Amino acid sequence: MKPRNAVYRAGGLLLPGLPTLLAALTTFVLFMLFLVVQGKPAWQACQLVVQGAFGSAFAWENTLQRAAPLMLAALCVALPARAGLIIIGGEGALVLGGLAAAVTPLWLPGLPVVPLLLCMALSAMVVGGFWIGLNGWMRQKRGLNETIGSLLLSYVAIAIFNQLVEGPLRDPASLNKPSTIPLDDSVMIGPISDAFQVHWGLVVGVIACLLAQVLVRNSVTGFSLQVVGGNVRTARMIGLPVDRLVILTCVLGGACAGLAGMFEVAAVQGSANAAIIAGYGASGILVAFAARQNPLAIIVCAILLGGIEASGSLLQRRLGLPNATTLILEGILFTSLLAWEALTPRIVAWRLRLNERAEQTQGALQHG
Amino acid sequence: MADLDLATFFLALLAGAIRVGTPFIFVSLGECLTEKSGRINLGLEGILVSGAMAGYAVAYLSGSAWTGVLAAGGTGLLLGLLHGAICSLPRVNDIAVGIALMVLGTGLAFFLGKNFIQPQAPSLVAIGLGDWSDDERVRSALSINVLFFIGVALAFALHWGLRSTRWGLMLRLVGDHAESARALGYRPVLVRIAATAAGGFLAGIGGAYLSLYYPGSWNEGLSSGQGIMAVALVIFARWQPMRCLWAALLFGAAGAIGPALQSVGISTGYYLFAAAPYALTLAVMFITCRPNQTLSGAPGELSLTR
Repeated sequence: MKPRNAVYRAGGLLLPGLPTLLAALTTFVLFMLFLVVQGKPAWQACQLVVQGAFGSAFAWENTLQRAAPLMLAALCVALPARAGLIIIGGEGALVLGGLAAAVTPLWLPGLPVVPLLLCMALSAMVVGGFWIGLNGWMRQKRGLNETIGSLLLSYVAIAIFNQLVEGPLRDPASLNKPSTIPLDDSVMIGPISDAFQVHWGLVVGVIACLLAQVLVRNSVTGFSLQVVGGNVRTARMIGLPVDRLVILTCVLGGACAGLAGMFEVAAVQGSANAAIIAGYGASGILVAFAARQNPLAIIVCAILLGGIEASGSLLQRRLGLPNATTLILEGILFTSLLAWEALTPRIVAWRLRLNERAEQTQGALQHG
Repeated sequence: MADLDLATFFLALLAGAIRVGTPFIFVSLGECLTEKSGRINLGLEGILVSGAMAGYAVAYLSGSAWTGVLAAGGTGLLLGLLHGAICSLPRVNDIAVGIALMVLGTGLAFFLGKNFIQPQAPSLVAIGLGDWSDDERVRSALSINVLFFIGVALAFALHWGLRSTRWGLMLRLVGDHAESARALGYRPVLVRIAATAAGGFLAGIGGAYLSLYYPGSWNEGLSSGQGIMAVALVIFARWQPMRCLWAALLFGAAGAIGPALQSVGISTGYYLFAAAPYALTLAVMFITCRPNQTLSGAPGELSLTR
């Protein structure tokens, strides 16, 4: 009787992972199928994806480098989601944050490096936080839907960014690729160590996810947020400051996205230019939804997505597959992750039944 | 001299409104149809790009631009079907699926379209309404593609269809109150899948216009966010096909203001004009929204407005 009991218990614990497993399997099959139909070496491609993402120290560096902004961009979706908002305009906060960080040294010349970097981070966070906070404010004050509002504001932000970078903030020396005046080499954020060539954005991203986890799981604010996200009427009835909480999550989320922009500028590009409008916003949304808005899961999902993106160049070099191969893989992966989510209600039911069985066998043991 | 410049400016604006606005007409009518059924499809951008690629590839391979247009519609139909089917599963968020579809559609188009960047496919022909004029600018401004007229006819047809046919009423009922539709014996899930697929078909045609007429070739930077703009446009038009038509032309004109100003030598604010449609929609939403009331005209089942 006892081993069966253990099986029931283990089954109950493993079941929540089932949709993710099935999604991974579906993705694998569909991706292989797609490549086979194209007459491409499918199995080899799958091997190269894994190799290009996690196969060597260099691959890991590449993967983690790409994962850093994704974590921060995903938090811009996941934090407001705790209060029941779907924000899809993180890209706007990211580019404006990056721009703010890029121009801060111009306004604060002569500041030592560390305080200057802190000021850059602060200005990026303030601008990003303001931009997404605006969405929260418009929603609470005017009832303007935050999903569409953030999407629209994001495009307005990109237009402002382009206008400023091509116009008043343009470095006259940047001829082909309009950019702001490049950061001084001393201000550039370097790798964590010589042996580990990933910039500090990764550390900040992971810390931000951990802090977010503490905020949403272990704090009073997080609990209040869950009430707001669950049922606004209840939240109002028990006297929670709903408006303030909603706007707070938006500001925090936007600050994360702004920070992502700052790292793109200060650790990768060296100046604000069109290269930072690279679709991190959309990738962040996918990461957040794949992680079911859980900050710890965001770390894992961001690394996974970063890995897929990192493997693109290997696929291109070895098999001559176009860059878009990784986009297809991402698209299939996220579509199937979302589709298998449909199993959740069933899984809850199955878990209940398994628990019942486990208790029954336990009871039988005790009585017998 | 000033008169001439003003004429140039308005001609450029008119031509731009029609030329840039035509894909907006198709994409927004498609999105309008989908949203009327109570779902939002943010993946139209992906559908538009794959439609553009499929249309161009098929037109090149078959030698006929119109076959290409149909292929583009078919591609959009399939992707719309995918979106509709997945969103019909329980607990699946249509906004997230839309974004996944955007990535997937763009990826497929870029992957499969790699070989079609170089060759020249036959393009759609335009009707020269301005041939009476000696002025080169007038002639080029009034050379209008057939798809524009099809789009206009479609807007009228949808306006009539949604108001006065059994199908239209059923679609609106499903979008406004799925419970009642179910009580009357309709199946909301099927209606929504069909509406999303039809919306995808139209968005695909909008893509074919981009690759086969204006700008008229396939490359990876072809779309400048027309698919996303359609979502804004439908809200701006308050979910009414006729208003979608006017809004599409207005957005087309707004997109043409920057280049039109450039044609008369003013180039400040070029990028800001590109965002004018988004800012305009936002302003309209901000003015008309009230905390305790959804946008008037919005389908009741739409996740955006509930």
